[in-house]
Amino acid sequence: MFETVGLVTLEMVEKILPTLERRKKGPYVLSECFQEIPCNPCYTACKLGGVEPFEDINNTPKINYDKCTGCALCVSACPGLACFVIDETYSEAEASLKLPYEFLPLPQVGQWVDGLDRQGDVVGNVRVIKVQNQKGLDHTSVITVAVPKEKLLIVRNIRLGGAE
Amino acid sequence: MLKTEIAIIGGGPAGMTAAIAAAGEGARVTLIDRSKLLGGQLVKQTHRFFGSEKEHAGTRGIQIVDLLKTEIEKNPRIEVKTDTTVLGIYDDGVMTLEEGSTYKKLTAQRTIITTGAAEKMLTFPNNDLPGVMGAGAVQTLMNQYGVIPGSKVLMIGAGNIGLIVSYQLMQAGVKVAAIIEAAPRIGGYRVHAAKIQRLGVPILTSHTIKHAFGRGSVKGAFIYQLDDNWNEVPGTEKELDVDVICLAVGLSPLVELLWHTGCEMKYIPQLGGYVPIKDENLETSKKGVFVAGDVSGVEEASSAMLEGKIAGLSAAESLGYAKNVNQLRLESLQELEVLRSGKSGTKIREGLRMLVG
Amino acid sequence: MRITEHPILQFPIQREVNFTFNGQELKGYEGEPIAAALHANGIKELRHSLKDHRARGLFCAIGNCSSCLMEVNGEPNVRVCVEELKGGMVVNTQAGKGTFRGE
Repeated sequence: MFETVGLVTLEMVEKILPTLERRKKGPYVLSECFQEIPCNPCYTACKLGGVEPFEDINNTPKINYDKCTGCALCVSACPGLACFVIDETYSEAEASLKLPYEFLPLPQVGQWVDGLDRQGDVVGNVRVIKVQNQKGLDHTSVITVAVPKEKLLIVRNIRLGGAE
Repeated sequence: MLKTEIAIIGGGPAGMTAAIAAAGEGARVTLIDRSKLLGGQLVKQTHRFFGSEKEHAGTRGIQIVDLLKTEIEKNPRIEVKTDTTVLGIYDDGVMTLEEGSTYKKLTAQRTIITTGAAEKMLTFPNNDLPGVMGAGAVQTLMNQYGVIPGSKVLMIGAGNIGLIVSYQLMQAGVKVAAIIEAAPRIGGYRVHAAKIQRLGVPILTSHTIKHAFGRGSVKGAFIYQLDDNWNEVPGTEKELDVDVICLAVGLSPLVELLWHTGCEMKYIPQLGGYVPIKDENLETSKKGVFVAGDVSGVEEASSAMLEGKIAGLSAAESLGYAKNVNQLRLESLQELEVLRSGKSGTKIREGLRMLVG
Repeated sequence: MRITEHPILQFPIQREVNFTFNGQELKGYEGEPIAAALHANGIKELRHSLKDHRARGLFCAIGNCSSCLMEVNGEPNVRVCVEELKGGMVVNTQAGKGTFRGE
């Protein structure tokens, strides 16, 4: 699936998850970047050393989960839009998910939108809790949605109501 | 008769960085482009670039153009001629130009050809219908002129261009029905493919187009699946309701002017077609004629910018402007090698090997 | 159709001018390629081929391919993908090679 069409599988994502202990501490980034291409803006964007320096620019990013605070600067900096920040401490039943979004119209805080999986299929409704689109993000807005915990590795895009 | 020290033909990423590098060493440069704007295909690239900070990674293509244009405007040694088409390069070294609608002649002591590449065509019945367009054309209409090419698109080709333009279509509000790729796997970056699939756009590998149909313009297309021998798998024909068929099946270097110079050319499929033989300073077999960017091998904008720098420095050096050339050129050569060193650089490395082999 | 809102790009409204296409009066932006103005008006069929009169339209959009040749102000073989629209232009579908009306 990944080799033929670039669809990231759950198996691949589970391999890059931080420890359960770390996940319970607070927000963390998942960099769903699995192909070796010459690219390192995630490293340049992170001000806290959360992305390890690249020995070879073709390497996939390695996250230092002791330093990553889930600030999500990398989410809008990544040219591949492959970074997602998850906070499993958001609530008992829900996690918050920060994803990159480059479409109009932008959602409103409090709005319920479709949560889409990596193939663009709707897997449920999710609630928008933050919309960041300041000038420094250069048109890659960061949308924070609340998702049911069992879907935090599944939801990777949103669609505003009205689309088919 | 106009005169200049270095004529650079083609004002895209390679041409612009060549001009900046050559003029930076002190040479007088004339940068020529047939379009009204400098920037080549960069002016349509709304996505963030890959690579490293030095090659403007993370910056959108359209912004990189502005950065380069500012540097060019600052340098009084760079003369820019836009809306100027180089019509021919003659044996006596004279170049003929159409500047606006005036015919002019130019001699240059050195020439750098950075004319880029153009879309390849795909043969299928009714491929000449209005609505069948190159991916670059769709980008031009949408991103440069703000006009939508249609309402529902079939994208043929899942290299980086096919994937990126599909994403840009969705951003412009145009639905992409499917991206089809004849090969069993996509050629583009997996992250581009991930972006587009989570929008609900399917990528069908081992699929190709059977034919398009419509009177006056595209009304639909039939696609089918291919087996391991690239033959049609019977019973897999599917009709798609589309009004635009976008071809992103590869680029071919625009080498017409290189043929004029008489430099040695070689046919290398990995580089896109006929390309000039060049040495490590990017000089062709015709002394004084240099090349950079897609015209010498279809690659990326980031490599085009590095090659442009190398060609600009080398051309300036050959005229005696050589103060910083060695150091700057070495830096660029090293960066280029790093860009090409990974798995994704396999094709270009193969192609370049065949060029010297 | 024109893009009004885009997540990355800005498309400022430009000066509108009138032109005719096969006698029909249309509007476009001054300075944009004639092909863009035609497409904004939903027109994709630009000319007909010489032998079989097949419909042809935009292909490369940057002046390379000759697919978009039309007759503009009486002059044939104008590449409308690069030719800039000016008010009052008379644009016609070209049939085959077109005719060049001499002096």
